[in-house]
Amino acid sequence: MKKESSKISKFFYTWIFLFVLWMAFTTSLDIAELIAGVFISFIISLFTYKFFTTTGFSILTPKKIFYFIKYLFVFIIELIKANFDVARIVINPKLPINPGIVEVESKLTSDFAKMILANSITLTPGTLTVDIIDNKLFVHWLYVKGTDTETTYNEIAKTFEDILIKIYE
Amino acid sequence: MQIFDYIGYFLISVGAIFLFLGGLGVFRMPDFYTRVQAGTKASTLGAMSIILGVGVLQPEWFVKTLVIVIFLAIANPLSSHALARGTHKAHQKPIVKDEKIEDAYEIAEHKAEEKNIK
Repeated sequence: MKKESSKISKFFYTWIFLFVLWMAFTTSLDIAELIAGVFISFIISLFTYKFFTTTGFSILTPKKIFYFIKYLFVFIIELIKANFDVARIVINPKLPINPGIVEVESKLTSDFAKMILANSITLTPGTLTVDIIDNKLFVHWLYVKGTDTETTYNEIAKTFEDILIKIYE
Repeated sequence: MQIFDYIGYFLISVGAIFLFLGGLGVFRMPDFYTRVQAGTKASTLGAMSIILGVGVLQPEWFVKTLVIVIFLAIANPLSSHALARGTHKAHQKPIVKDEKIEDAYEIAEHKAEEKNIK
């Protein structure tokens, strides 16, 4: 596990993030709105910055932002693919499924990265994360192609993990 | 702008179709886990698409709808994960067609229990 960044970096990261969120919700540049936003996000970030982020500003390097945007694109494409997949299976009168729970070994160490990986796996074709124990993800798979760790890793986690490793490790 | 109207209505229709397919999936699938699978994916994209469509039709809401879409993308898989995990902890076994496929999660849980006893 990487060393955690300083409290100040974490605090300001939380504050700015919450303020941007406030602006997105109010969508106005009225002075009164902005001042209220600064105060409210300040108070909330006082209580939550310890849990909100473990990285602080160190996550905001150009390379990481580039990979994050790439990740978003990959994720949206996979999400649309997943939906067509479900549609194909549901419409087919024979219901071609071969379900089972398999084990996927992840190389990620950061908890937050594992959470994103698990969520992404849930939203991609035919897979649903049931639990995470240490670095093993247990995934319910609609049509199992193989139970050994290599096949499951390549089929389920590889697309996302290649990018996530570059962001969080 | 007329073109934005068309895009908005298109997104809403696509969302409605996916939500329908998700509902059909919940109805047709054989057991709990497969039903959650059909439900999560279709409802996530369906709801996201409808909300974005509303955002395109009403441009002053667009940023707000974007925030809601991001929230959905985070919250929806989390809830289905919690449902699946809770069901497994309640000893509800997933249906398997191929007997060779073992329940990896159950094996791991057994191992953890044995360790605790020792």
